[in-house]
Amino acid sequence: MQMPKPSEQILARKSQIVARLQAVLPKGAVIHDPIQTRVYECDALTAYKCPPLCAVLPASTAEVSAVMKVCFEEGVPVVPRGAGTSLAGGALPTADSVILGVARLTDVIDADYDNRFIQVQTGRTNLSVTGAVEEEGFFYAPDPSSQLACAIAGNIAMNSGGAHCLKYGVTTNNLMGVTMVMADGEVVEIGGAHLDAGGLDLLGLICGSEGQLGIVTEATLRILAKPEGARPVLVGFDSNEVAGACVSDIIKAGILPVAIEFMDRPVIRATEDFAKAGYPDCEALLIIEVEGSDAEIDDQLARIIKIAKTHNPVELRESTSAAESAAIWLGRKSAFGAMGQINDYMCLDGTIPVSELPFVLRRIGEMSAEYGLGVGNVFHAGDGNMHPLILFDANKPGDLEKCEALGADILTLCVEVGGCLTGEHGVGVEKRDLMRRQYTDEDLEIQLAVKDVFDPKWILNPAKVFPLSTTETRRG
Amino acid sequence: MMTPTREAELADLISAAAEPLHIQGGGTRDIGSPVEGLTLSTAGLSGVSLYEPGALTLVAGAGTPVAEINEMLANEGQRLAFEPMDHRALLGSSGTPTIGGIMATNTSGPRRIQVGAARDFCLGVRFVDGQGQILKNGGRVMKNVTGYDLVKLMCGSWGTLGVMSEVSLKVLSIPETEATLICQGQSAGQAVASLSAALGSPFDVTGAGVVNGETRVRIEGLEGSVAYRAGALQDSVLPGFEVVTGAVSAAKWAELRDVTPFAGREGAVWRISLKPSDGPELVAALAPLAPEALYDWGGGLVWLMLPDTASEDAHAAVIRAEVSKLGGHATLIRGADQARKMAPAFPPEPKPIAALTQGLRAKFDPRGVFNPGLMGA
Repeated sequence: MQMPKPSEQILARKSQIVARLQAVLPKGAVIHDPIQTRVYECDALTAYKCPPLCAVLPASTAEVSAVMKVCFEEGVPVVPRGAGTSLAGGALPTADSVILGVARLTDVIDADYDNRFIQVQTGRTNLSVTGAVEEEGFFYAPDPSSQLACAIAGNIAMNSGGAHCLKYGVTTNNLMGVTMVMADGEVVEIGGAHLDAGGLDLLGLICGSEGQLGIVTEATLRILAKPEGARPVLVGFDSNEVAGACVSDIIKAGILPVAIEFMDRPVIRATEDFAKAGYPDCEALLIIEVEGSDAEIDDQLARIIKIAKTHNPVELRESTSAAESAAIWLGRKSAFGAMGQINDYMCLDGTIPVSELPFVLRRIGEMSAEYGLGVGNVFHAGDGNMHPLILFDANKPGDLEKCEALGADILTLCVEVGGCLTGEHGVGVEKRDLMRRQYTDEDLEIQLAVKDVFDPKWILNPAKVFPLSTTETRRG
Repeated sequence: MMTPTREAELADLISAAAEPLHIQGGGTRDIGSPVEGLTLSTAGLSGVSLYEPGALTLVAGAGTPVAEINEMLANEGQRLAFEPMDHRALLGSSGTPTIGGIMATNTSGPRRIQVGAARDFCLGVRFVDGQGQILKNGGRVMKNVTGYDLVKLMCGSWGTLGVMSEVSLKVLSIPETEATLICQGQSAGQAVASLSAALGSPFDVTGAGVVNGETRVRIEGLEGSVAYRAGALQDSVLPGFEVVTGAVSAAKWAELRDVTPFAGREGAVWRISLKPSDGPELVAALAPLAPEALYDWGGGLVWLMLPDTASEDAHAAVIRAEVSKLGGHATLIRGADQARKMAPAFPPEPKPIAALTQGLRAKFDPRGVFNPGLMGA
């Protein structure tokens, strides 16, 4: 993976740039000591690291605007950073860039239960948005696995999903408005407490634009009344194909569970060793969760179990209590940690049409054998969002490259069967150079043209999302 | 009128266009400032190319009649969950609504508050830009964050950025049953408070509106569940509401979706999106215009009919001044050509937003051939 060569001219002007940023921010909000900037050298894609020129931590929209004005005038690249949990390298800096962190923007501005929205500063963590409204019986629906740590700013940048988006949608379906600082420091308001755009849907365009179109400092988010209860059922199968067919049958039957999670044998075994959730030793298992009152849950689970039984499950475990629900979810929630115990891993995020699940899982198994690297699958089956985890040894020379090559092959397979490179993690740097597998040059050019409109100098997160060769003439 | 039957032909017609084009699907939604130009219809790009009920996805040519898609879905017990409005009754138009028209106008109905808008069900688009290039964005999977989301941008762009040739949709199952809780005679303020209480309950409300003094709350799902939730709502949230079911319930939502109470009558019709609790306040502030109002989306979507047909701008200035105090936007859906031009029909944008809109138009349609003036300057 290649990053652009830092600008010598910017590196040489570091002290002047830092001084200008210090002049517009409170004391302590500019981090420029090379030891301290190392904190910002990577995000959760730890394979790539580079300390930034400096990092700034503004505490208001006005301060973000002041920072952007300085950077715009100086022509310095700005890399926005939420909580740094990106698995795609969305917040990876270059040596000549300013990291703009939103960690100090954590206020709740307004919570309106009659109109069912909350307005927050975007440094607030995903889970603490729900935390702010749950006493009133509400929640914020998108629930990425990193929700304890990840910031709303990053959720908006990547259009994050989660386990429960089968029913509730992803970030873009729950975002009503933003306050955004443009590349030149101008502050714009898009959307608000009302639904849908009066003109072009700029809000929909901004969500998922990976911090390349502006810095979102405040967000109006839809909140929903919490359902009365939720309960899962765990079903084990002796083949991936049968589990995939079961998913399809449930969906066809008109039942819309809030989550359908899938784990294959390598992941089941790893989580058993790690978390001891008491999962059956089988080829594939599904965790299917439904919501409602007790009676409604019983009704839906009975229908799901009836369908599951037609697929000869090797195990069927219906939760009847909160403790049993927790036990069923325990393994799933520790799956990533469990795989991390075995080795380093790379987590992919391709999405495929649900009907292609059995074929894709079989092909991944074959590719895994060809490359000699283990792959476990744990993912959101209801919407076809796969998360193959490729195991590799970061200390073994050549292993990372081999892992990346296998990853690229798997993602190409996802595209070939009618899917896409990334369902919820974003492109970042990780999948940047694969974009041509999904899009033609013309398809990419119109996206680049969109960035030209929002950020004509290309200073916002410029080395991400698109193959470097397509952006070379645009970047400073 | 040009009616290409293949995407390549559509692209050729656009790249050869020497004058402005008036883009339309079935031609049932003549909304916006009137466009002068040669009509280019997508009605010939018709047909469903893929339907996977088990994956909840359908791919169709932009000109495919909505009715054809509805029928195909119904055969599998599925539907377009965002409940798109049919504008024909309100606008007195004829023709066949198309799926491309629905997406280009981001047309959604009462269920928008629960499941999302048309744009939330559009998974991918193929379209031709102003230079005749065939482009695509998104795909046919439920979750896709690969590159910028131009699907959302195309939805609701009213043919001003590109001409859609194909759309991929997410569909959902038709629930087993539905019921509507109704109550007569609440004031608008009381009614919206009732709707807010219902929408703030855990009972999964899928419709919340007020029509002719009747407050309406819809729930859908499995038979037992609907019965349970109807009872729970009556007991704890909506005392005094009665329950209607079946065709009676369904008709109430078709009426609100299509705004039929304003059909076949004189008067300009405005569609206003705002914070739900502001709905009654807005209508009260506009009392001097003697408006008639319907409320959807829990009060957040106000349909307004003005009896005064003499106003040159359909009272746009007054209405937009009040809306801007509260936050939201107003679109003139039905009005004389003169008013649609003067008003203008789509909400004027603040300067920095207008600059982005203009910038995007210039990139997607550098020659300015698509629906010039329709959405304003």
